[in-house]
Amino acid sequence: MENQNAVIVKNLVKTYAHVEALKEISLNVKKGELFGVIGPDGAGKTSLFRIMSSLLLPDSGEVNVLGIDVTRDYASIRKKMGYMPGRFSLYQDLSIEENINLFASIYDTTLEENYENIRYIYSQIEPFRKRRAGALSGGMKQKLALCCALVHSPEILFLDEPTTGVDAVSRSEFWEILQMLKKRGMTILVSTPYMDEASLCDRVALMQDGRILSVDTPAKITTAYAYSLVAIKTNEKYNMLSSLRMLEQATLVYPFGENIHVVSDKGKLTSEELTKYLSAQGMENWEIVEVAPDIEDCFIALMNQHVAA
Amino acid sequence: MSSSIIEVENLTKRFGTFKAVDSISLEVKQGEIFGFLGANGAGKTTAMKMLSGLLSPTSGKAMVAGFDVFKQQNQIKKSIGYMSQRFSLYDDLTIKENIRFYGGIYGLKRKQWKEKGERLIKRLGLDEVEGKLLKDLPLGWKQKLAFSIAILHDPKIVFLDEPTGGVDPITRRQFWEMIYEAAHDGITVFVTTHYMDEAEYCDRISMMVDGRVEAYDTPEGLKKKYGVKTMNEVFIKVARP
Repeated sequence: MENQNAVIVKNLVKTYAHVEALKEISLNVKKGELFGVIGPDGAGKTSLFRIMSSLLLPDSGEVNVLGIDVTRDYASIRKKMGYMPGRFSLYQDLSIEENINLFASIYDTTLEENYENIRYIYSQIEPFRKRRAGALSGGMKQKLALCCALVHSPEILFLDEPTTGVDAVSRSEFWEILQMLKKRGMTILVSTPYMDEASLCDRVALMQDGRILSVDTPAKITTAYAYSLVAIKTNEKYNMLSSLRMLEQATLVYPFGENIHVVSDKGKLTSEELTKYLSAQGMENWEIVEVAPDIEDCFIALMNQHVAA
Repeated sequence: MSSSIIEVENLTKRFGTFKAVDSISLEVKQGEIFGFLGANGAGKTTAMKMLSGLLSPTSGKAMVAGFDVFKQQNQIKKSIGYMSQRFSLYDDLTIKENIRFYGGIYGLKRKQWKEKGERLIKRLGLDEVEGKLLKDLPLGWKQKLAFSIAILHDPKIVFLDEPTGGVDPITRRQFWEMIYEAAHDGITVFVTTHYMDEAEYCDRISMMVDGRVEAYDTPEGLKKKYGVKTMNEVFIKVARP
């Protein structure tokens, strides 16, 4: 059903001097979906977002957004999309109100005409509307940038790392806003380096080194985890890590929140074997905890497969 | 058992009428990994600047590595290492040149930085790229190198300001293992982060809200106190009352 897709990306390639930023990326985003592109710095997220929002030309490949070929017909797509760049790019010496009015007038509209569309977000910063953008806190800047990206009532939003460097409270407030926009039918593409934000998306693409490692719903990605995973709780993390690193059956050993995760091929390492090994190593005061893999475990496993391949 | 290496009592910094840091008190023990958390604009950076001898406090008391933050700022600077996501190494110097430069700044003799530098390069597996410009290295390698250089002069304390921002999950963990190793060797680590899972890696934590320390305990203790399962939930409860 091609017409259900808001975004179609096919075999996208982008190279800078010696760096292959995007290595034949393909993905589809459905209308009304909240789609996350998740990966570390240097994965290619920003290149992908700039190309999809018609700000950068790819070397080859196709990008179709809302039925429009963005490389040919950039003028029509720009009226229908909102874009929020990773770096705060509003005018620091204009007030909140002046910034929004400026963006509205660029799109030949006014704040009043679109007030209802952004009311939910704008009302949170409206008390400070005379304050210069440069004097706002991180969370407020982010809300202002979102207002500016929404003021012309776009059908699709491209948000490039809106929550990077933002504290956990502002991050969760921002995601609440995205959920609200989604409910109203907006298609949203958002990139982030925070793996824990994956669970807030309908579907995600895990990106690393110019490639997509996996695209699916967060639940399906974690269900497809192909290894066996055990968590060990201990206060002696440093010694425990060194000890587990010497265990042959453990393919990957890494700290994970309060525990240490031990990854092995399915059926290759039982809890009994692990217990026996650690006792023989003289390790004390630890316990095995049942855990299910989360997105970050999957990302680590996929990255590791890729390096090995 | 272990003695305290940072002692802070009612430390305050005022900018005009604004109290950026409002009478904070805390203690960090030697060899501890201490997580210094807080919302954007809560006063973390200001507090960290005072503890690293870069900014004079308005009032209160603080001793860092045995030196007074009011009177002995230069001695403090010599006893600490510092690294942040933004300020780390020089992109247009090679790996070796960066080591030499920082070694020189921290007052290491030629023989010392040469020896330590060689050991560092070997340990990070950078032998083949030591002559490369820093800008040609992936971000994760740069951050690991920056950390190693920040502790090249064997400081008593290393201050890390969001050292892992944007780094991939594997490299982020390798970075934390370097932190464990440094702590294991007796270096005290004072670290800020926005990754709440990294808060779990710390021995103890403080959380700042509006210039004040509102929570201060082990990750385990904080989760118990607030009756939640993750540090993320603790953070949200503390910062959004």
